Amino acid sequence: MMRPQRSIMARSVPMRSAIVRSLLACVLVTGLFAATAVAQEGEMPNERWSFEHAFGTFDLAAAQRGFQVYSNVCSNCHSMKYLHYRDLSGIGLDEDQIKAIAANVTVPSGTDDQGNPKEGPATPASEFKSPFPNDKAARAANNGALPPDLSLIVNAREGGPNYIYGILTGFGQPPAGFKMQDGMNYNRMFPGHQIAMPPPLQDGTVEYTDGTPNNLNQEAHDVVTFLAWAANPELVERKQIGVRVVLFLMFMTGLTYAVKRKVWSDVDH
Amino acid sequence: MAGLTKSEFANPVINWIDTRLPIFTMMQKEYAVFPTPKNFNYFWNFGALATVNLAIMIITGIFLAMNYQPNADLAFSSVQHIMRDVNYGWLLRYVHQNGASMFFIVTYIHIFRGLYYGSYKTPRELLWMLGVVILLLMMATAFMGYVLPWGQMSYWGATVITNLFSAFPIVGPKIVTLLWGGFSVDNPTLNRFFALHYLLPFVLVGVIFLHIAALHVTGSNNPLGIDVKSPQDTLPFHPYYTAKDSIGVCVFLIVFSVLVFFAPNYLGDANNFIPANPLQTPADIVPEWYFLPYYAILRSVPNKLLGVCMMFGSLLVMFVLPWLDTSPVRSARFRPIYRQLIWVWVVAVIVLGICGAHKPEGIWVVLSRICTLYYFLHYLVILPVLGKLERPLPLPESISRPVLGARGGGPLPGGAPAKPMEKA
Amino acid sequence: MADPSAAAATHHGPIHDSTGVPRRDLLQLITAAGAAIGAGAIAWPLIDSMNPSKDVLALSSVEVDLTPIVEGQGIVVSWQGKPIFVRHRTAVEIKEAQDVKLNELIEPQPDTARVKPGHDQWIILIGICTHLGCIPLGNKPSDPRGDWGGWFCPCHGSQYDTSGRVRHGPAPANLPLPPYAFESDTKIKVG
Repeated sequence: MMRPQRSIMARSVPMRSAIVRSLLACVLVTGLFAATAVAQEGEMPNERWSFEHAFGTFDLAAAQRGFQVYSNVCSNCHSMKYLHYRDLSGIGLDEDQIKAIAANVTVPSGTDDQGNPKEGPATPASEFKSPFPNDKAARAANNGALPPDLSLIVNAREGGPNYIYGILTGFGQPPAGFKMQDGMNYNRMFPGHQIAMPPPLQDGTVEYTDGTPNNLNQEAHDVVTFLAWAANPELVERKQIGVRVVLFLMFMTGLTYAVKRKVWSDVDH
Repeated sequence: MAGLTKSEFANPVINWIDTRLPIFTMMQKEYAVFPTPKNFNYFWNFGALATVNLAIMIITGIFLAMNYQPNADLAFSSVQHIMRDVNYGWLLRYVHQNGASMFFIVTYIHIFRGLYYGSYKTPRELLWMLGVVILLLMMATAFMGYVLPWGQMSYWGATVITNLFSAFPIVGPKIVTLLWGGFSVDNPTLNRFFALHYLLPFVLVGVIFLHIAALHVTGSNNPLGIDVKSPQDTLPFHPYYTAKDSIGVCVFLIVFSVLVFFAPNYLGDANNFIPANPLQTPADIVPEWYFLPYYAILRSVPNKLLGVCMMFGSLLVMFVLPWLDTSPVRSARFRPIYRQLIWVWVVAVIVLGICGAHKPEGIWVVLSRICTLYYFLHYLVILPVLGKLERPLPLPESISRPVLGARGGGPLPGGAPAKPMEKA
Repeated sequence: MADPSAAAATHHGPIHDSTGVPRRDLLQLITAAGAAIGAGAIAWPLIDSMNPSKDVLALSSVEVDLTPIVEGQGIVVSWQGKPIFVRHRTAVEIKEAQDVKLNELIEPQPDTARVKPGHDQWIILIGICTHLGCIPLGNKPSDPRGDWGGWFCPCHGSQYDTSGRVRHGPAPANLPLPPYAFESDTKIKVG
């Protein structure tokens, strides 16, 4: 077993490249998750998202239209229980709009004087109303399938916004010979191609008030923008702070480097 | 010996304290004027970086704990509460979450530094062993911390890792029940993991104190791996290495910030955004990236008990490393064969990590077996034998008088005798 | 790079600062100042995370039905974790509260400024003693109400009148009023 080593030994490796290689190694290790992507059934769409990249922010108009899609369509089956109506200020709604939205929703509001649970209009402080009181009820109403909570759905799926967009736009007729189970729907994107959710969006499902064309792709794009905001409401502030922090640290790196040079200037090394 | 210290500090307040409790004199001696080899390269930054990283973890952790609920019903939503409602809660949490990854990146490079330059060799064996204890404590802490958000990966990671102990005959299942505080991972498990996750970092601080104390007894190793011979070989730690470490801290913080602010979930798993569901295991269970190589070793062995033993063994073998490596020369720079083989070992570990991220099928099983074999071969066979067979390059006379052209193992000009390093 | 073999070992001058005094030049001062600014910037999110979070700040309001409260009685409801006193005053109590001379008061304030116009019989207060935060007694018929018929704080003996004004120390100020409005004659909304 010493033979192959001798041939390696012939090469001389300068220390500098050793450092580079060890850094590369560490990058490799950290990049492992990129290599673990689940084998996707359909081809992942590659949409342009307003919130992508280091400086991307949410397209608030799209997010507001997306909220409309969620309210009119998705919310019939899917909860978003980690959101509150007050959070909607994050997509640019003002206090009166939020109050009006909340006031239209009836939620449990404590107990009456006899101790019986009672209902009342929601307030901005209320959680988004869930369509079903619990998971069991949700399953019972959906042929045994549980519609997942959408608060974090964009983060909770490999592929994020593109995957959700792919599901929403991926319905169609199964190819010839594809065996469908009862009550299931064919979807190109979904693993196994059989999804319990019927196609939620079509062209014209939602009437937009701002003149945006309400075709399927636009509706899907809007609701995914809204869902991406819902999962990462801190995104814009995070990136803004991040830019400042990184610039400051680069400045400090320069300073400390200069100090180090100066301190070490009298050392023979 | 009892008695007041004769403090040399001019400031009367400092002098008064120092006379009664000589912490300033100690700091002066151990950090300011402490004689440090003058030839450190930037690899020697990583110990300081790890310390900074631990401080960041403890501080953010304390503030997170003020808002977190260690209860199976509330844990997931309390994390969402932190992310959405607590002022800068998202920042605290993303720093803490990515801080774990940064801690392992920094520590792994720190360990590699030790392996490459032979920092584990006499007289620094105990220093090294304390380091291995630190690594084990870090792993335990990281594992229990990952359980706390109570997502799907938290839950199933906890289930799989605690089940490792079931491999041990007779007592195994009893140990697992004890760890869980029940018959599955549940609220009692989460509660105790939170308590221990809060405790262990402070134990870590204690062991790190010992690690540094031991370091200050032996003094630091250096890229040449030869001993300090005269004051000419050293510099006072301050300002030379405080300045040099500051650069490292800044660069470290830049990398950290890019992760936290621009890709906070890059190293995470999508499944952990789904609340824990004891009745449904996610299709792909993978540990956090820093555990992947060990996970691959575990899975490379078809026998359950043997797999568990190999996995723990891959860590425990590091305790005896100082005695497995028989070469008297510390630095890989003067060990022409070891300098190549250490990279083969690194590649084996990285390949193991990649294997750990894939389902154990086909080529990944073969690869992980080969690499597991090489991992142990490196420690148990190559290092003991290599020390006897390898002919080291001539060592320089001293740190301040390095031999010209020694770097890269090129031919040496005359004058420097090719003697192995003397024992300190 | 502190790589000894990277540089030729030509001379061996003094490696330490010849004076032995740490050098403090402008560059180091700027760097230290930068580090201090950085530390401050790190400290702020940590401190701010202890301030009330968004859900705590989101004022939830509470509605109180007044019909079951008989004359002369009071109830306590919780709003933002604080006790809200709602008392249905008798005609005698209202008169007492209105007739008191302002210069007799520790914190002079007319009763009309402490109730909603047209709803003289309802006094709504934040029931926290302005001394050290205890909850005064006086809502239940069996409670001591002090010499002025309002509330009596058991901790240090402060006394409030039927308008919630402090009449006897050590409390320095009147009981504060919560923000509230009458939704109808028999219903108020606090918050």
